[in-house]
Amino acid sequence: MTARILGSLLLRDAVVARRDIVGIMIRTMLQPLLFTFVFGKLLISMGMFPKAYATMIIPGIAGLSLTTSAIWAVAMPLIADFGFTKEIEDRLLAPVPIEVIAIEKLFAGILQGAMTAMVVLPLARLIIGPIPGLTLQKLPLLVLMIVLSGGVFSALGLFLGTAMQPQHISLMMQIIFAPMIMFGCTYYPWRGLDHFPVLKYLVLINPLVYVSEGLRAALTPTVPHMPMPVIFAALIAITSLLLWLGMRGFRKRSIS
Amino acid sequence: MRTEIHISALRKQYGAVTALDGLDLDVGEGELFGLLGPNGAGKTTTVGILTTRVRATSGEAIVAGKNVITEPVAARAQIGVVPQQPNPDLQLTVRENLVFHATYHGIPRAEASRRADALLERLGIADKGGAKAQTLSGGQKQRMMIARALTHEPRVLFLDEPTVGLDPQGRHGVWEILNDLRKQGRTIVMTTHYMEEADQLCDRVAIMDKGKLLALDRPAALRAQAPGETIIDVTLDRPFDGELPALNGITRAEVRGPVLRAYAPSPATGIPAILGFAESRGYTVRDIHLSRPSLETLFISLTGRKLA
Repeated sequence: MTARILGSLLLRDAVVARRDIVGIMIRTMLQPLLFTFVFGKLLISMGMFPKAYATMIIPGIAGLSLTTSAIWAVAMPLIADFGFTKEIEDRLLAPVPIEVIAIEKLFAGILQGAMTAMVVLPLARLIIGPIPGLTLQKLPLLVLMIVLSGGVFSALGLFLGTAMQPQHISLMMQIIFAPMIMFGCTYYPWRGLDHFPVLKYLVLINPLVYVSEGLRAALTPTVPHMPMPVIFAALIAITSLLLWLGMRGFRKRSIS
Repeated sequence: MRTEIHISALRKQYGAVTALDGLDLDVGEGELFGLLGPNGAGKTTTVGILTTRVRATSGEAIVAGKNVITEPVAARAQIGVVPQQPNPDLQLTVRENLVFHATYHGIPRAEASRRADALLERLGIADKGGAKAQTLSGGQKQRMMIARALTHEPRVLFLDEPTVGLDPQGRHGVWEILNDLRKQGRTIVMTTHYMEEADQLCDRVAIMDKGKLLALDRPAALRAQAPGETIIDVTLDRPFDGELPALNGITRAEVRGPVLRAYAPSPATGIPAILGFAESRGYTVRDIHLSRPSLETLFISLTGRKLA
């Protein structure tokens, strides 16, 4: 019964996402693709960046769109639902533990993130042209990384979605997302921070670092990256912490 | 009559504020039960606890055989809720709102669609099935909310202030629907701060104030408890000046500018007495208004305050 109800909750989100497909694509893909075009194509063609830069940024681009997509899919509806529309109240009355409603949101975030990655990767490859070192040989690792990345950012979305008020959305973008993206090892490898030792270890609180590095290991294994056990351990630890915070927030907002 | 809702010593504390202060209440199967009281009386908190959305501080609440505090999941399967603020899923059409709601309760999609169509028809909004919820009028939106709450055929239906903000036509529409549902034997609990609504619709009414139950009975029985006097308001052509003497047929009277308010055991003797007195003093009577003993006068006598 719970599985069937979970299925209908997911179907509802799928129907809603399909109706907003253009908006979702613009919100999650436009910026990464523009970045791909400028840094992966224009600047390389101008000779300002070496050709190898394309190899280095493609996993970062995939990671960035995937995580943006997952976080938007979870946080924004929750902020609106708990803040003013109260639409979610109907689902909170479903005969399942209310945690199931939160878990469904996480699934929706992971799915949306995975779909975004599957669209952005080929498009980026199309924009840049052949990318030396890009491989799909490590497909199981790639799938695992996509799921883990979607998971950690859906959990972040759950936490932010239950902790933030609607009027704080733009502030959240500036304070959380801007530094997270800039210091997320999306546009450079973590190893590249060797010259900035303080920054190198400070960025380790940023889950995007492990997403970028893990996707690097999966997509462009020739680029230096963190060891996989470290990536897995960090992603699991951060996801657990965010899940705990997010579930606590969800319960608090659902039952007074 | 079987007990469908049992509430005992129910308390809810929000920090220093006591929203519910030891409520005891039973609602029978098939009853249309009204919770009447002003804003802040604890009606919405009561419904919140009974619908598992508010955690009780202490006490017990059983709905359709399920303890809402210890088995909220099982309780949710038995209840339908029409909230104070309509909360349709704005991204979905009216019909989809109903269909999805049913599937959230585990009803297979085909059966959910069949029920949705039947309910839209029954509540007179079949032509709105394909519309987005925000395009509906207030009355239509409320019909949709009621239809949605019924798709999983709950044993108990809760409505929190179902007619607030509706025009008279919308309000009477909702009343008709509730009367129909009662005839089908469904247990209904509604909150309201409209006396007339509680009086006309409900089998029994609980009058609440400040988290406490003040009175509980059939509307007619409650009215009988009200102070037995009719209030006669006589509006004069100018403010009344002077003292009011004792008048035959009038228990007491007070001056409110140009209005003389007289409390009379019977309007038949009270009206001539107060009219005769005003005219004897050279005033012209512009208007006369009677308030019969009602839930309103009972509420004033119980709390010293007006209801709304």
